[in-house]
Amino acid sequence: MTARERIAGNVANYVDERTGAAAWMKKNLQKVFPDHWSFMLGEIALYSFVILLLSGTFLTFWFDPSMRHVVYEGSYQPLKDVEMSAAYASTLHISFDVRGGLLMRQIHHWAALIFLAAIVAHLMRVFFTGAFRKPREFNWILGIGLLTLGIVEGFLGYSLPDDLLSGTGIRIAHAIIQSIPVVGTYLSFFAFGGAFPGEIFIPRIYIVHVLLLPGIFLALITVHLMLVWYQKHTQYPGPGRTEKNVVGYPLMPVYMAKAGGFFFIVFGITALLGAVASINSVWLFGPYTPAQISAGSQPDWYMGWLDGLVRMAPPIETYIFGHTISWNILIPGLIIPGIIFTGMALYPFIESWMSGDKSEHHLLDRPRNVPNRTALGVMSLTFMLVTLINGGNDIIATHFDLTINQIMWFSRIGVIVLPPLAFVITKRICLSLQRRDRELVLHGKETGRLVMLPHGEFIEVHEELSAAKKFTLTQHVQPQAIALVTEDKQGVLNPKGIRAKIQAKLSKANAENIAKPTATELKELESGHH
Amino acid sequence: MKFISKYRRHKFATPVLLLIALSALGFTFSAATAAPNQSAATASARSTLIEEGKEIFLKGCSSCHGLNAEGAAIAPALIGVGAASVDFMVATGRMPMQDMSQQAMRKAPVYNEEEVAALAAYVASLAHGPRAYTNAEIKWERDGNTAEGGELFRNNCAMCHNFAGQGGALSQGKYAPTVMGVEARHIYEAMIIGPQAMPVFNDKIITPEEKLSIIKWIKSAESEPALGGAALGRVGPVTEGLLVWTLGLGLLIGIAVWLTAKAR
Amino acid sequence: MSKELEPLADPGLPEHVHRKADIDPIAAKRAERQVAVLFSLSAAGTLLFIYSFFFIKEDLFIFIPVMGDTNAQQLGIGLGIAFGLLFIGFGAVHWAKTLMPDQEVIAYRHTLRSEDSDRGEFIKAAKLGAEEAGLGRRPLIKRSLFAALGLAGIPAVVMLRDLGPLPGNSLNETSWKTGTKLVTDPGDRPIKASDLEVGGVAQVMPELAPGKKRTLEDIAKDAVLLVRLRPIDFQLDAERLSWTHEGIIAFSKICSHMGCAVALYEQTTKHLLCPCHQSTFDVTRAAKVIFGPSARPLPQLAITVDADGYLIAKQPFTEAVGPSFWERKS
Repeated sequence: MTARERIAGNVANYVDERTGAAAWMKKNLQKVFPDHWSFMLGEIALYSFVILLLSGTFLTFWFDPSMRHVVYEGSYQPLKDVEMSAAYASTLHISFDVRGGLLMRQIHHWAALIFLAAIVAHLMRVFFTGAFRKPREFNWILGIGLLTLGIVEGFLGYSLPDDLLSGTGIRIAHAIIQSIPVVGTYLSFFAFGGAFPGEIFIPRIYIVHVLLLPGIFLALITVHLMLVWYQKHTQYPGPGRTEKNVVGYPLMPVYMAKAGGFFFIVFGITALLGAVASINSVWLFGPYTPAQISAGSQPDWYMGWLDGLVRMAPPIETYIFGHTISWNILIPGLIIPGIIFTGMALYPFIESWMSGDKSEHHLLDRPRNVPNRTALGVMSLTFMLVTLINGGNDIIATHFDLTINQIMWFSRIGVIVLPPLAFVITKRICLSLQRRDRELVLHGKETGRLVMLPHGEFIEVHEELSAAKKFTLTQHVQPQAIALVTEDKQGVLNPKGIRAKIQAKLSKANAENIAKPTATELKELESGHH
Repeated sequence: MKFISKYRRHKFATPVLLLIALSALGFTFSAATAAPNQSAATASARSTLIEEGKEIFLKGCSSCHGLNAEGAAIAPALIGVGAASVDFMVATGRMPMQDMSQQAMRKAPVYNEEEVAALAAYVASLAHGPRAYTNAEIKWERDGNTAEGGELFRNNCAMCHNFAGQGGALSQGKYAPTVMGVEARHIYEAMIIGPQAMPVFNDKIITPEEKLSIIKWIKSAESEPALGGAALGRVGPVTEGLLVWTLGLGLLIGIAVWLTAKAR
Repeated sequence: MSKELEPLADPGLPEHVHRKADIDPIAAKRAERQVAVLFSLSAAGTLLFIYSFFFIKEDLFIFIPVMGDTNAQQLGIGLGIAFGLLFIGFGAVHWAKTLMPDQEVIAYRHTLRSEDSDRGEFIKAAKLGAEEAGLGRRPLIKRSLFAALGLAGIPAVVMLRDLGPLPGNSLNETSWKTGTKLVTDPGDRPIKASDLEVGGVAQVMPELAPGKKRTLEDIAKDAVLLVRLRPIDFQLDAERLSWTHEGIIAFSKICSHMGCAVALYEQTTKHLLCPCHQSTFDVTRAAKVIFGPSARPLPQLAITVDADGYLIAKQPFTEAVGPSFWERKS
């Protein structure tokens, strides 16, 4: 035994005698993780969160979250002697008088954008592959919670420097709070410590941004990961992969090296963006004052859809019994987002009710094999994309020679017409892909090679798929429609009549698939050939 | 060039400049009128210039603006718009218009400086209006204050021209153009005349010194190096979001594909 | 499922294919060197960082294509950190991919559902606990406890009362009083009607009492935009027309939709546009909304001139400025 081994042994012994960690570690060092690029999306989000904690902590060493009036005396000449808040002045100080400070600000902001983009991409992966199904519904809800918090956290961070753009964002958030019926005015006065903008909101959102929300994040992310660990990761279907096993690489050493390495890569790419691409150049925006505005005032992308919705809202406001209700703010600013996020959170339960599927799933779906869900996903994305486009309509108008009015009308109509259209088209595409899979399994791949048969007929040679490929294309279970039972055995009308009817309709739509080839069919075909 | 621009502050700078312009155009004429006194030369040069301008006007502008600049259904009257308007619209290439679109666009000027001066002289001769300026007269470097200009810009200009002067959308396809790369005299003239959709900011609302400050801020924004890296058009979060979804997430997903692919 | 729907058989995990580095020692050695080179590149990145941080002048700008003149120190620090991190990552991944075992292993899932016996015991224990506590048998305790718990939450809400003052009537008031002078912003110069040309605009604020400073809360309600048109361009009723002066009309600059500064005035169309959500207002028709999400015209400020010819407010705003709120009267 070398000296090094002896020391390591002693340390391990010391820790294990006090924690009993060895038994647990022994099992978990062998923990198996399946390998697929789409499983790394969640990791990008996780690592971005760590990057945000690190870079954010760096920024707090200089950032002064105060709305105290100061006169800028720093090194950025175009703002010399301009009156501004201490928050804005200290942001300028970080940018121009701290070495690497601007870089760190940019890394922090890019990491925030990547964080949310990765969360959304991860969400799409989980949705389209059906990874949210039993037993992972709770983790899906946690994920929706993390996305919601992430949007809020990002918006608060965007608001902290107290520049003209962020102040405009806060102005709009204030108007949304104020539009809430009955309590809105009071809520806004409590939140802002009086009339807008007041002198207190920066310190308040600062503590929420650096302590409260990151704390909640940490807790939720821990539970999110523990559930992944405990329930074991899902895997894509393929030969040897079943609902009862998980095929992949052990944590130690392969996965540790890959995941650890990937953390450095994500950090490196974020730093690279921070080094070469400017983001949130607050020194150009100027300090916030409510009487100023810039053309093309936009939020960050994760709020862009919300801004797009608000822009396209029809001008409706009602005044009844001495009270004003701003539907033009309430509907796009609170009601629609509320419906979207609640709908997302409840989707696993809605789908399970629709399909009648109550069983556990660890094998992922190929999106084409679940046309209804895939179409619903594309439909939602289409909705979001139209609203996002409208959120940048002024920038798009000037860069593509359009008018904001055209884009606005396109979005107003498109947001209603395009999502259903996307649903229908996606569903058709899924069904054609299923048909293609069926053809492939039954008749093999077209090779493009033409062969002349002895009697002069030309045929194209089809190459038979490998057994593994055939299995992958046919392993899924195709759902059956729930039979509608309107009467029970005694002939009494089913009390759940209407609900059952809707469920039967939905499950029928859900079960609309191209029948997958079976072993029997394949055998018959083969015996016919030979 | 520096020593020439120094002399442009001289009170005879404009006439002398016109004289030079004239000599370039009418060589025989200037040779014939040998050594007259200064003011007589200026007066006759001016009237010749007006003649020249009228000729250019009749050829290039009258089909829309009318034979006597009285305006028509498709183009406004030019009586009383002054030399400033002509200098701004023609020397920035906005006039003559390429097509009857919403708004005249900045492009390479059709007429050279001498022709613009002649046209301006002709239009100015029709009725009193704001005069044209030369770049040398606009002493923004000496008399402007960048920070003050920034305040004024954000209060009066940024709402249309964007926080960094990159321009922005107006209603129905109109737009506020970028103010980057615009000559100082044209920025100054634009504030005075309020070309196209832009409102007028006369010297009472924004004093001449304040105008110089605005120009100084614009020039400072124009020459500001990439402080944080590629500027992404200086239009705010839209291009940033686009970059994150394309380059940012694209690179990371590309690496994730490499990371999970089996090695050979 | 009937017999004819029999699915295709699972052929099982494909056979493991060895990598070059597994069978060829030269390839393995090469992979090892590659990993080492990647790690060395990372070290080089960190050196670049150290050099940039300490030895590149802060005001040195270098030309980089696409980016333009770039601050060398910031770029050097950034690239140094980026390379320092990236190549550790690339090295580790390359190492894992080429030299660590690449045979996929199978682990079996455990059922998440507890054994029936465990469930039974749990239910028994829970029931016993509840029984012993007597919650079911002593409803008085249960009810009073829940009531107390509910009440104990009240301080958590009430304590927040002093977050801010009550709104009172403040949203309906601005600093504009009868006779308040209009002054330019910035500059604070009083203005005469003749100062504004037809086609001109001016951003104005109410004149400050001497020695007083304008707060952001004031600006958020007081900002006003003056526009001068030809009087014949107006299409106003008699009252609103009397609120203008020689073609000069004054509107609150705070958008009636969400409170952004509405100041994009188009001289040709006489429209005001809000850049935040593109509400468009027609100045000739008392800022009537002609496009976009805003539901109300911008409040108009009645103006006139004083004895010296300076523009003054004829009266305060007759309605609340800025975005709507529940108590708003109109």
